[in-house]
Amino acid sequence: MHCNYACGSSDHLLSRRSFLTAAGGALGLGLLTQPSLARVLNGQQKRVLVIDLHGGVSQLETWDPKPGTNTGGPFQAIPTSVPGIHISELLPHTARQMHRMALVRSLNTAEDDHGKGAIIMNTGRRQEPGLTYPHLGSACARLLGDESNPLPGYINITPHGTGGVSVADAAFLGPRFAPVSLDDGKAPQNIDRPADLTAAAEQTRQLLRLRASERFLRRRRTAQTEAYTQTYDQAVGLMQKKHLFNTANEPEKLRDRYGRHDFGRHCLLARRLLEGGATFVKVTHTNYDTHHENFDFHLEQLGEFDLPFATLLEDLALRGLLDTTLVIVQSEFGRTPNINHLYGRDHWSRAWSVALAGCGIKGGAVVGKTNANGTAVVDREVNAGHLFHTYFKALGLDPKKNFYVEQRPIPLADPKASAITEILA
Amino acid sequence: MSFLAAPPTAPAIDPTKVREVSSWPHTSPLVCARFDPSGAFVFAGAQDNTIVRWTVPEGKKVVLTGHKSWVRSLAFSARDGLLFSGDYAGRLLAWPVAGDAPAPRWDITAHRGWIRALASSPDSRRLASCGNDHLVRLWHVPDGQPLRTLDGHDCHVYNVAFHPDGKWLASADLKGNVKVWDVERGECVRELDARILHKYDGVFRADIGGARGMAFDPEGKYLACCGITNVSNAFAGVGNPLVVLFDWASGKQKAQLKPRAPHQGTAWGVAIHPLGFILAAGGGNGGELWVWKPDDPLSWHTLKLAGNARDLSLHPKGRLVAIPCHDSRLRLYDLASAAR
Repeated sequence: MHCNYACGSSDHLLSRRSFLTAAGGALGLGLLTQPSLARVLNGQQKRVLVIDLHGGVSQLETWDPKPGTNTGGPFQAIPTSVPGIHISELLPHTARQMHRMALVRSLNTAEDDHGKGAIIMNTGRRQEPGLTYPHLGSACARLLGDESNPLPGYINITPHGTGGVSVADAAFLGPRFAPVSLDDGKAPQNIDRPADLTAAAEQTRQLLRLRASERFLRRRRTAQTEAYTQTYDQAVGLMQKKHLFNTANEPEKLRDRYGRHDFGRHCLLARRLLEGGATFVKVTHTNYDTHHENFDFHLEQLGEFDLPFATLLEDLALRGLLDTTLVIVQSEFGRTPNINHLYGRDHWSRAWSVALAGCGIKGGAVVGKTNANGTAVVDREVNAGHLFHTYFKALGLDPKKNFYVEQRPIPLADPKASAITEILA
Repeated sequence: MSFLAAPPTAPAIDPTKVREVSSWPHTSPLVCARFDPSGAFVFAGAQDNTIVRWTVPEGKKVVLTGHKSWVRSLAFSARDGLLFSGDYAGRLLAWPVAGDAPAPRWDITAHRGWIRALASSPDSRRLASCGNDHLVRLWHVPDGQPLRTLDGHDCHVYNVAFHPDGKWLASADLKGNVKVWDVERGECVRELDARILHKYDGVFRADIGGARGMAFDPEGKYLACCGITNVSNAFAGVGNPLVVLFDWASGKQKAQLKPRAPHQGTAWGVAIHPLGFILAAGGGNGGELWVWKPDDPLSWHTLKLAGNARDLSLHPKGRLVAIPCHDSRLRLYDLASAAR
């Protein structure tokens, strides 16, 4: 859906700040009928960290192992820091953090296509003709972000060469809330002021640009032009925060613990950004699309995931950030219980798992159950809509409130679903 | 070794006439298979954590339980009548080969992580194992006491094989590095290059490869390693089976053996027949059994299999081939030209 501020819609003329502070205003924005929201958000910033195990991680090799069954594969289940909860032996470090985590073992998203599955997990809804929903990152940037924050509201840390800015993620929220991708965890390009440009000259340039922009905006204002203008302001702020992107500033021992490989660096960067005030950080770890040699590749990939992720959780907790940071470990779907002739597992969305931690989440909780060999959900089936209700509730937001697009109410989360209260703190 | 110059007492072997003679079912996909040194039994490891023993040729089945993970590797001590089995949890078990209901004689943790292969020395006094802890280990037979750890690989070790003279042990890893160890001194004395059996898939950021099968010829003149090459998509298994044949004396590659008709998949098991031809079986885009003459890189004969093959074992008398399949069946193939 195109976002056009020139449409004259009064709600689109509001800035994020006014959106949050004009409680009870006459605009009919559902969120604003929650008078405590702005206070809560101003008093304590909530953050979100998504770890996206791209390609479809196997629930059987992670959160819902079935050793000794015809679908279980060769790996064993191990105990965790929570008595009675077992996860795959491929996650020994994560197992020691289970008291901080909650597992949802009864997810049925009914979509085995990578792209469509990703949309469901990132927007909480199935793709619909005529309406594109914003990704969670964009929604959180809009709902939790602070306009004075120089960091982008939605930061996407991608493995080298696999990601890029996707303005479409923001949908009707507009490009201001689109992700900024950090390819291989590197700081945005040209973050340093050129050596031959003095601070005074830079300020003069900015003033000239502002004057020209103001003149242009008086004639025509669109989401794109506003985002364009805001991007300059953000860039200046980013230049002052560039130290956040440099993980080399961290103690050697901590860098070692996170791991010197890409995912370890990316997790450490995520922590620095969250600590530095970022609202939403997504870290992508590839690749789990293991139609062939599922067990070899999960051994490798989860071997890389386990320690950095566990370190990140512990680090956030020790710094007092976990209580205000919702952590989500997701994929676009799980993998088939059936093991194919290539020792692989294929796409499977009918009965799989996600892991959550942190803000608003009850540590050590497990909800839902699959049958003995993991082929079907037998208790507390949920879908991505339920997850989004849970995310918003955990963040102190009311998922039943609406975004408005040209007077059309768009609920934050799918109204057909509800929160998974069993895992909410 | 003289190619196809069979001794007068041997059956008339003609690999171009190879055909399935038995198909024995199990209840779970099979992972590996080996004939015991007497040839009276064939054993297979399965995805249900069991080992299955069938009598040859009758096919009387006994299931051996004791492992808690998949059994990927089997070896024997002919002198002691023992079967050794290694699993994905790093456990190494010893069993009597015969008997109505074999139970483990001993059970040790041999490796941290998967045991990928086992091999017995020609004199049956040593057992070699290798695994995901990057190590090769030697064990005393029959009691399983540790003898030596051979440390030198920097990635998962996929296979081990003793040279027929018993002095040398070859080990091959994920990246296609083949190390030759002096068994007595425990030193790596040379390396062979089978790196064509490995690729780092930059798109999926993962290593794929390894010597899935490895075998010497009975005289020790050649070493064969098999696996997958030309990988264009590691996560979908898009690549081609390949056997790399080494001249043992020079340590150089003698040939790279490929199916004559292009095939997508992995060669999971290889053997060099006493008559000089090379056999390999694989799976992927359907199962196939390939036969090569040693001087022709393209297969001499190909047999389509009813299931995707996951290993290959040559009977001690050289006439039967056992192939464990994903469809839970162990199939026997007869290399003799006449009906058995």
